[in-house]
Amino acid sequence: MNYLQEGIVWLNDPLNWTNPDSLLDRLGEHLVITFWAVLLGCAVGWPIGIWLGHRGRGGGAVITVANLTLAIPTLALLTILPLTPLGFGMPPVIVALAVFAIPPLLANAYTGLRQIDPETREAAKGMGLSGNQLLWRVELPLSMPYLAAGLRTAAVQVVATAALAALVNGGGLGEIISAGFGIGMSNGGGGQIVAGGIVVALLALLVEAFLAIVQRLVTPRGLRPARRRRAASAVAAG
Amino acid sequence: MPAWPLAAPADDGPGNPWFSWRYVQDNFGDILSALQFHAGLTARAVLIAMIVAVPLAVLAYWIRPLTGPILALSGVLYTIPSLALLALLAPLVGTTTDTSVLIALVLYALLVVVRNSLAGLTQVPGEVRDAALGMGYGKFGRLWRIELPLAVPGIITGLRLATVSTVALVTVGGLIGQGGLGDMILGGFRNNYYKAEIMTASLLCVALALVLDLILAGLGRLLTPWTRERRS
Repeated sequence: MNYLQEGIVWLNDPLNWTNPDSLLDRLGEHLVITFWAVLLGCAVGWPIGIWLGHRGRGGGAVITVANLTLAIPTLALLTILPLTPLGFGMPPVIVALAVFAIPPLLANAYTGLRQIDPETREAAKGMGLSGNQLLWRVELPLSMPYLAAGLRTAAVQVVATAALAALVNGGGLGEIISAGFGIGMSNGGGGQIVAGGIVVALLALLVEAFLAIVQRLVTPRGLRPARRRRAASAVAAG
Repeated sequence: MPAWPLAAPADDGPGNPWFSWRYVQDNFGDILSALQFHAGLTARAVLIAMIVAVPLAVLAYWIRPLTGPILALSGVLYTIPSLALLALLAPLVGTTTDTSVLIALVLYALLVVVRNSLAGLTQVPGEVRDAALGMGYGKFGRLWRIELPLAVPGIITGLRLATVSTVALVTVGGLIGQGGLGDMILGGFRNNYYKAEIMTASLLCVALALVLDLILAGLGRLLTPWTRERRS
């Protein structure tokens, strides 16, 4: 049996794309879930990380929190949150994924502000910049590469884990895979499983490539290093 | 959009607590075997990842031009979502054994261990390497007696990160019924949202990750007595 070929055959059928609850619908759900989860993660992770970095304390706590969330299985949060007052559907999935998006965003924002040369900060203060001006005109532009690296790590991770939402009927592209397992591998579900796997993997790689380009574009020219830096990516394992 | 239930199940409430000792007592055997399966799968995955990743790191360390490709390849593998990898592997290896889950876990652990081992090797000071060379160590002798021992903290860091994330990742194997505690989490969810089962398995997962992390941290301290002496 050549499952890969079966997967391609499944993908070649236009009805598998356009039918209700088929690829296009699921892709839409997947992107909506990802968008809100990353947005929620940014809304929480960035202000805290930037504030801690600006104040220059709490580094130990940031690392501890980031390491602790590594130990929590995504599946556990995905199954627990729908049973809380959040209810079923997309909201618990978005919250669960946002929880895992926060550590890379927070840690990179913190590192980004802390890696700025203290002399630069002193010079800005000497020029009469207030705390807020220092943050907006000096610290944030200089930490842009780190903020972008955090966003990239978080977004790729959310796109990848959003597939797990299917295990709790939360929608997204994972539904294609789990529906394939539902049909059964020997009953012709094998092609659908492989097709779902291909689509989810390609989507993650595309998002990664796209955000790598975005990261390069938002980095001020003077800060573009010869070698790429991805700060604190060891912390942000998914 | 699928038709989701609009509210929590009707039998929700006092009859479905988040935690119950009764449940733990009644299902002790099942819980224990799931925990054993989970721990065993994690141990096998991390061990295999270490056996593959450390030589890869040494290769990248010896032959610098290989560093980029090795890190890039493991980075691409790392980006592929776990569910997708499982979906691509399961039809090939079958779902009756945990092989497909094991392969996926090893592939994910690879990047973390390779990257940290390489970082450990490259931070060996140049003077140390020169001194070893001056003492007549060959390439392998230097690696075995000098560089690898000095890289142990980096390798241990990699193994710790890999172990903690592997414990969490094993649960995804629940998709094909090979997820250890993940099977319990999904089983509880499907079995009319049995909160006690979900919560017990989730807590055990986190506890297992923390215990394994502590064991590895202790092992690292035992293996590198020189860092301890310096600290005290």
